[in-house]
Amino acid sequence: MNILKSIGFYALVIIIVVVSVFPFYYAILTSFKSGTAIFQVDYWPKYFSWENYRLVMTQGSFPLNILNSLFVSSVVVVISLFLAITASFALARVRFRGRKLLLLTILSVSMFPQIAVLAGLFEMIRALGIYNTLWSLVLAYMIFTLPFTVWVLTTFMRDLPVELEEAAIVDGANSWAIVTRVFMPLMWPALVTTGLLAFIAAWNEFLFALTFVSNNDTRTVPVAIALLSGASEQEIPWGPIMAASVIVTVPLIVLVLIFQRKIVAGLTAGGVKG
Amino acid sequence: MAASDTATAARSRRSNLKAERIRSSWIFLAPMLLVLAFVAGWPLLKTIWFGFTDASLDALSSADFIGFNNYLEWVDYGDGDGEWYGLLADPDWWQAVYNTVFFSLVSVFFETIFGTIVALVLHAEFKGRGFVRAAVLIPWAIPTIVSAKMWAWMMNDQFGILNDLFLHIGVISQPIAWTASADTAMIAVLIVDIWKTTPFMALLILAGLQMIPQDIYEAAKIDGINPVKVFFRVTLPLIKPALAVAVIFRALDALRVFDLIYVLTPNNSQTKTMSVFAQENLFQFDKFAYGSAASTLLFLVIGVITIVYLKIARVDLEGGR
Amino acid sequence: MKLGYGPAALAVGTMLVTGLFTGSALAVDLAIVSGAVGDDIKMLRSNLDRYEKETGNTVKIVEMPQSTTDQFGQYRLWLSAGNADIDVYRTDVIWAPQLANHLLDLTEAAKDVAGAHFPSIIESQTVDGKLVAIPMFTDAPALYYRKDLLEKYGAEPPKTWEELTATAQMVQDKEREAGNGDFHGFVFQGAAYEGLTCDALEWVKSHGGGQIVEADGTISINNPDAIKAINTAKSWIGTISPEGVLGYKEEDARGVWQTGSAAFMRNWPYAYSLSNSDDSAVKGKFDVAPLPSGGDGSAATLGGWNLAVSKYSKHPDEAIGLALFLASEESQKRRATELSRLPTIEALYDDPDVAAAQPIIPSWKEIFLNAVPRPSAPTKKDYNEVSKEFWTAVHDSLSGNGDTEANFKKLEAKLKRLKGSGWE
Repeated sequence: MNILKSIGFYALVIIIVVVSVFPFYYAILTSFKSGTAIFQVDYWPKYFSWENYRLVMTQGSFPLNILNSLFVSSVVVVISLFLAITASFALARVRFRGRKLLLLTILSVSMFPQIAVLAGLFEMIRALGIYNTLWSLVLAYMIFTLPFTVWVLTTFMRDLPVELEEAAIVDGANSWAIVTRVFMPLMWPALVTTGLLAFIAAWNEFLFALTFVSNNDTRTVPVAIALLSGASEQEIPWGPIMAASVIVTVPLIVLVLIFQRKIVAGLTAGGVKG
Repeated sequence: MAASDTATAARSRRSNLKAERIRSSWIFLAPMLLVLAFVAGWPLLKTIWFGFTDASLDALSSADFIGFNNYLEWVDYGDGDGEWYGLLADPDWWQAVYNTVFFSLVSVFFETIFGTIVALVLHAEFKGRGFVRAAVLIPWAIPTIVSAKMWAWMMNDQFGILNDLFLHIGVISQPIAWTASADTAMIAVLIVDIWKTTPFMALLILAGLQMIPQDIYEAAKIDGINPVKVFFRVTLPLIKPALAVAVIFRALDALRVFDLIYVLTPNNSQTKTMSVFAQENLFQFDKFAYGSAASTLLFLVIGVITIVYLKIARVDLEGGR
Repeated sequence: MKLGYGPAALAVGTMLVTGLFTGSALAVDLAIVSGAVGDDIKMLRSNLDRYEKETGNTVKIVEMPQSTTDQFGQYRLWLSAGNADIDVYRTDVIWAPQLANHLLDLTEAAKDVAGAHFPSIIESQTVDGKLVAIPMFTDAPALYYRKDLLEKYGAEPPKTWEELTATAQMVQDKEREAGNGDFHGFVFQGAAYEGLTCDALEWVKSHGGGQIVEADGTISINNPDAIKAINTAKSWIGTISPEGVLGYKEEDARGVWQTGSAAFMRNWPYAYSLSNSDDSAVKGKFDVAPLPSGGDGSAATLGGWNLAVSKYSKHPDEAIGLALFLASEESQKRRATELSRLPTIEALYDDPDVAAAQPIIPSWKEIFLNAVPRPSAPTKKDYNEVSKEFWTAVHDSLSGNGDTEANFKKLEAKLKRLKGSGWE
């Protein structure tokens, strides 16, 4: 009975692992095939050719697209964190009238359907003259990274003990000093986690990137992959698409695995503790 | 005498301090609020405004106010005959609403079930748990566009591994065109979405599980209660709040789905959601105003659900202090 | 400033530019955006190389996915955003009325060469007296068939859709019996996009079912002949055509055909040279014929691509020069001999080099001269949506989502609603 039970349990575990990992495994498998080998279905690695990777990295502007994505995501995260840290101090540690309403607003903005602001943002970006530049994306991405970082940092900051602050107040420190001297050093782990989650969100964004930039040279990675067309004789260039997919996904997976525990904490702070 | 002086001084200093804190907190908040107003508030208002005009992509600035005509309008043909026009009378819009709601309900339903199963597995203690947790996180870490492409390749009708696999084990007798045929397009989208977001659900539910004190289980074990019963009688009620929040979070996300469908099943009327409908009218047809109206309606739907969520989940805005 | 990395990059960029081009101050950087099937991009690049050598300007290609529908959505967006980063657009023959406001008038610049092109094509690219795009090549589809297999099983190239259905079924059965399990009778473009509008228009028109919207603006699609045409096509799905054909675009169909897995294919002339390339499994084993008739003659949808210059280009004169260069006789001739793309310059149909390299081309002149235009002229700015409604109704019918009668009734109602008091 017990053996049966544990066999069943481990069977379940294996199913979960296989289902989770298989599509990515298959993408890697495909990315190493070249020529007509790609049209054969294989379950185990048989071919090993860097051809698709070479194609993606040398033909077209994919390396530039990676730089674009890195640039946009990093700038967005830095600005969001900078704005969020002071804001979350005010929201978490100070009682003032209208705080509840503010938190409510911020939470609602983080749930905005992006399509709802697309028309208005489009007009604004055109008016500002930043259409087809990466700055348009930096601006647009604030709409989801900023409320998210404020919200998560607020929940983190709320959990820090009151005594810390009281000691500082007795010493006559003002709010700015409290934030920078007392909280900042304690907040580093939270900042890293929140920043990472915001980075992933910006890295993956598609709708704004599809609408606000147009050139090969200004596209970000998701749009580049979605629009990757073969300058080759093949039909849909599945090999290069899979190679590109693997290239942009591996760093994310590595980051996620390294920061596993922290990310779980960050996600739950954004959700459950609410 | 001296003591009361000190007390008054302290009190006044404290209220000064409090005033200073409130003042500086508004200064702290101002930049964030300004940016949000600029990137979210203003564009939203503009979108709503465009929904009440006859704006076209080529002539945004010369848009004229036309009231609710984009939503509902009676067009009289002049011969006693007429017809209702506008979003609320547009069968395509209602098809998109149906698709969106169907997609959200089914995907969230399965994600909750699978998410709970995965969370229970991860909550158990066994060898290699760290490895399994890492594996489960992979779908979540993969960008949506990449997942869509990966699955599109696996679901390819001629060379896809899914057809190959199913043919081999005899589930199907001939290759299925997963993303193209009307019967399976929605199923294909659901498969990818469920695969991609179950980890998120599992993590939120796992967090709920970990908050349950262990001695409850110990007690149940000693009493020899069947584990299935324990789950439904003890565990489930205790993780209900976590579950509710996770469900609503996912539902709101599912209602605005765009990228997965745009890449996996483009132009397919079976999977066209509200966001895709709006995007198509905004930028592909000459109906910017109509698309704006559709965006506004989607916003309203999500807004209402958000408010209901805040009520149901009793989100603790005061932070318990 | 295309990268958008800010003032620093601008400064560096300016330094580089002034450093490099002090000698030839006139040279400019241009960008052309183009979708592609087959070897289009390779050919474009090689023509651009010639252009660069001649003028000293440099031209960058911005690539797009093959779906013409996706291309159009993006181009319209960029143009309405006043995007100055793209100078020349490769435009579909149906786009002229919808994009005209954003394109430069080429009448003056092309006045010496316009006369060499077929007048009907120049006409299709003229909106309110403005020539908004200069023709690059034209297109009219053909029925590709495997002459080796037809000979083997003693069949003739089909003249009607019924014959095609029967022959395709027969060849498919025999081939599968012979162990070729993945063999299909007929492949075409069945995905929900502009290509399906082209295919379905041919079925409908050849059955005598009209042209969706007639030249005078009347909506004609809901008629028994049209419904019969679509039902004929519906009978192919899962029998002579793989179910996946409902997701096929040009290149997907060619992929199946060119690996030798189909007896018939409906496709544009570009597939002719590719099917005859060295790594093609059907090299020398196939021929082309006009599309079958449905009782009212054969019908081929008029396609073709043109070059338009953006109003927002920073170098309009150079951009116009580039468009004219790519539409010139020499560029067209290269496209014809190497890619079997149909020229728009009448004289090239009598050119011996073209005839020697691609025998299909001279004989194709008649077919494209009689090709059916899609209803982009009568429906004006609404064409895109008309086409979407049409392909959606057809795709739904083919994939068994409602029957054709009901779908076309709905389609008619939608088109009427779209038309309102008149197309605009």
